[in-house]
Amino acid sequence: MSEPSVSSSELLNDPVYIEVVKQLRPHAAKDANISPQAIILSDLGMDSLAIMDFVFDLEDALDLTIPEHRIAEVKSIADLVAAVYLLQKEA
Amino acid sequence: MAIFDKFKSLSDVHDQLKSVGQSPSSLQFDEIISPTEAVLNGRRTILLGTNNYLGLTFDEASIEKGVEALREQGTGTTGSRIANGSYDGHKALEKELAEFYGMHDAILYSTGYMANLGAIGTLAGRGDYLLIDADSHASIHDACKLSDAEVIRFRHNDSINLAKKLERLADKPGEKLIVIESIYSMLGDTSPLKEMIAVKKKYGASLLIDEAHSLGVMGATGRGLCEQAGVEKDIDFVTGTFSKSVGTIGGFLVSNVPGLDIVRLASRPYMFTASLPPSVVATARQALSRVAGATLERTRLWDNATQLYAGLKNAGFDLGPQVSPIVAIRLQDPGKAVALWNGLLEAGIYTNLALPPATPSGWFLLRSSISAAHTSQQIALAVELCAKIGRELGLIPCPATLGASVEMMNVASPRKVAKQKTKKVSDEDEAAVQA
Repeated sequence: MSEPSVSSSELLNDPVYIEVVKQLRPHAAKDANISPQAIILSDLGMDSLAIMDFVFDLEDALDLTIPEHRIAEVKSIADLVAAVYLLQKEA
Repeated sequence: MAIFDKFKSLSDVHDQLKSVGQSPSSLQFDEIISPTEAVLNGRRTILLGTNNYLGLTFDEASIEKGVEALREQGTGTTGSRIANGSYDGHKALEKELAEFYGMHDAILYSTGYMANLGAIGTLAGRGDYLLIDADSHASIHDACKLSDAEVIRFRHNDSINLAKKLERLADKPGEKLIVIESIYSMLGDTSPLKEMIAVKKKYGASLLIDEAHSLGVMGATGRGLCEQAGVEKDIDFVTGTFSKSVGTIGGFLVSNVPGLDIVRLASRPYMFTASLPPSVVATARQALSRVAGATLERTRLWDNATQLYAGLKNAGFDLGPQVSPIVAIRLQDPGKAVALWNGLLEAGIYTNLALPPATPSGWFLLRSSISAAHTSQQIALAVELCAKIGRELGLIPCPATLGASVEMMNVASPRKVAKQKTKKVSDEDEAAVQA
């Protein structure tokens, strides 16, 4: 996979973004507005436990480990997508 | 003041709890009567949430040893062992701990929390990896913050998930330290040790287990889950605490790994805080000397745990996955969880109310910890009151619905019957608590 463009509209078709959203849906509030700019901790109706479960599911889906300090640096969904690309590069 | 603004959500929850009853975080006991009873708000109360597993807090010999040390060596060490030196009791307790566990070395810490901070935060450093269970105690999470190692969580008690994560690290340099707990403190479930050890061996990792809740509780001589599972030789590091079965305060790290002593010079929670006072060391030594032979107490403890677990299960409560000296009722409704906890307190039963995010899967938990010192009558009363209040709150079904309906038709109005039943139970409760 290539690194995503910074454009939010292009991110909507990015395969990692699509996977992130797929794994996010079961954990987010039903009416959550999921978008690249959405802040995971505050905009999606998820508490820290829901976020942890989501990260486990995402790790399984992408066959990738996301260490704690990387999670701590992530704010938006776009940040998470960028972190995933970086981790895939480092792996 | 603005500096406290960041705690607003915490403060809101605290205020909300206070507005409907007692505050779980600021109870004040008027008097501690015994390992299982105290006076709270003028009412004699059964203690069912104090982790006093062997009931040793009032052990006469421990008290005598503590008083003796207090008179002979004073009230405190006034500094760390690095700066102020060790007392003979510190060294003796470390030797006795190592002998108790059949390990080469032991290091004392001033609390169990600090033992985890000091052990985990020091053993794994920059370039290493800490693999921790998702349900880890706060002390383990805080130890990770103290360490410069990369921290990776694995799903609770899931050795397959752990293996996947170690597999991804297989080509990376650096030590891999897996951290698990014997009995997890919220639900009382145990770690699947044999599976965890198989993974550790396959990937050449080290394994640290926190036996805080299993010391004195599990194993033929009370050494914990590792002894019970027959896997002690496969464990690299054990941490634990004196604040539960041993009935005092303090923590430790024991290990067979050669060269453990160097940790003393690198472990900030060992170096930069005052060491345990002589009286505490003396009480810990005396109580620890009793743990191996406390077979009767362990039998009583597990009998009591089984009685409480079975009683609550039969009443219809949703509990943790296995019988354990920690029995937790899992609840989804925060209001009813708080009401149940307050109701029990008013009826003379003290338990712990545990709220997310400190709980697994976002449960609201009414957590009990059982003691060998509890009587069967105390446990029976706790079950009865939990069931009564649980039914009133609609948390569990009423088993006598049909019988009650017949009674209502034949005898009296529903309101009168309910009132009579409540009064009868209350009178019995009062008598039993006073007994």
